[in-house]
Amino acid sequence: MSDFQVIVVGSGCAGSVAAYELAKAGKSVLVIERGASAGAKNMTGGRIYVHSLREVFQDMVEHAPLERRITHERISMLTNDAAFTMDFSSRSMLEAGQDSYSVLRGNLDVWLADQAEQAGAEYIYGIAVESLVKQDGKVCGVRAGEDEITADVVILADGVNSLLTEQAVGFARPSPSHMAVGIKQVIELPGSEISSRMLCAEGDGAAWLFAGDATKGLPGGGFIYTNRDSVSLGLVATISAMRDGKETICGLLESFKAHPAVAPLIAGGKVVEHSGHMVPEGGYRMMPELIGNGVMLAGECAMMCVNLGYMVRGMDYAVAAGMHAGRCAAKAIDAENTDKAGLESYVQALENSFVLKDLRQFQLFPEFMESNHRIYNEYPELIRDAMQAMFIVDGTPMPRLKNSMLPLLRKVGLMALLKDARKGMKAL
Amino acid sequence: MSASTENYVNYVNMDAYLGLNRFEVDEGNPHIELVDDIDILEFEKLMRVCPAALYRLDENSSPSFDYAGCLECGTCRIACGDTIIKKWKNPEPIMGIQYRYG
Repeated sequence: MSDFQVIVVGSGCAGSVAAYELAKAGKSVLVIERGASAGAKNMTGGRIYVHSLREVFQDMVEHAPLERRITHERISMLTNDAAFTMDFSSRSMLEAGQDSYSVLRGNLDVWLADQAEQAGAEYIYGIAVESLVKQDGKVCGVRAGEDEITADVVILADGVNSLLTEQAVGFARPSPSHMAVGIKQVIELPGSEISSRMLCAEGDGAAWLFAGDATKGLPGGGFIYTNRDSVSLGLVATISAMRDGKETICGLLESFKAHPAVAPLIAGGKVVEHSGHMVPEGGYRMMPELIGNGVMLAGECAMMCVNLGYMVRGMDYAVAAGMHAGRCAAKAIDAENTDKAGLESYVQALENSFVLKDLRQFQLFPEFMESNHRIYNEYPELIRDAMQAMFIVDGTPMPRLKNSMLPLLRKVGLMALLKDARKGMKAL
Repeated sequence: MSASTENYVNYVNMDAYLGLNRFEVDEGNPHIELVDDIDILEFEKLMRVCPAALYRLDENSSPSFDYAGCLECGTCRIACGDTIIKKWKNPEPIMGIQYRYG
């Protein structure tokens, strides 16, 4: 007889949702979280698309501690001396099921854990699971210090830096070319000031991504997400490129904050937290096996993340994966088959959902983004030069636009442009 | 040491930022340990990628690393494999970073 029917490691989006589903299904479930509270070891950019939270919690989502509804999508191409920004807003962003919100995990994760606890899940905080307990090749519990706790199923939801996936499914350290380092500061500003600087109605906000000079041409980019009374500002950069380059991630953050397009947005703001977190950017091709004998993986420990350059998603995948993991584990327990074959329905459920469909769909994209240096270097410069040809007036006779644009395109190379467009379209 | 790398980090600023975070430091019990014989080129890689800039050169240009401000992101664990990091584990119960915002 096991101590619990299910042990969930980690109380982020995937873990707490899995525990919530299991508790609702009447299963005994223990969540082990290494932070002193939920979210204490966690960080996001970030913005969450709430469709999958709604599927789990329905109207209760209205009570979730979300920051601002995102009503502006902005993308900037930066050179060190110029910025070109696109701004998209649409009524479609407001419709239920299509809406997204900025979030801070310190709040969101506590709320998610509360939902699971109220449904009947048990929680232990402040303990890091050190290893899995196996018997006859089947995972049957976890170990922390001298203590062993047993369960019929263990769900790993312990995040991008999981030290347990190797033991669970043989997934050791991911490659540094598949991982990015994220650095972020939360910068406090009055809410009304944020609304006016970001051109947003009260309570609404912007998601803003920056390419080019944000990372001084390295694969990656900058971001700003508006919270209620702060902005989350940071950078993401591929670890292998960063490691082998000349810049430091901390130095890049400082120069990003000082960029003429960014500095006015945060002027007078007060940094209140400095954080770091890895982002799994390799997509479908870097994912581990999602189940092992007696064990399931959900969320970032399974590398569930899609970065398309103009959009970064992870939390809605984690919520959906946690939901399916919880439901499928409950079914496996009812069927008294919790070995690998018994957990197979989880993989099927993800295959049938947007989670694996999206990850599969965009599996070529990470390599395209990582290998194409022009996106971070030549293209921001091309756009700057083209915009200068259009907007800069000095009283000298203006050439035909065609005559000023074509040389710019030739500088990058027409063939290179065509190839990148084709490759990009193929990967998307 | 490439001068370009060092010039980009203002360690005074970085320490001020880290000072804003809430940490429970497990004195005398580091959760990350480096090998004894440090390859400076490998060490420089960690100087570039660590988002807390904890991998530094001291006044004698010798490598120094302080686990006390660690954000527990795992980037150093991924960046250099086993060439330089001997041990990387999660801090002991309720030790380490405690994000308030996240």
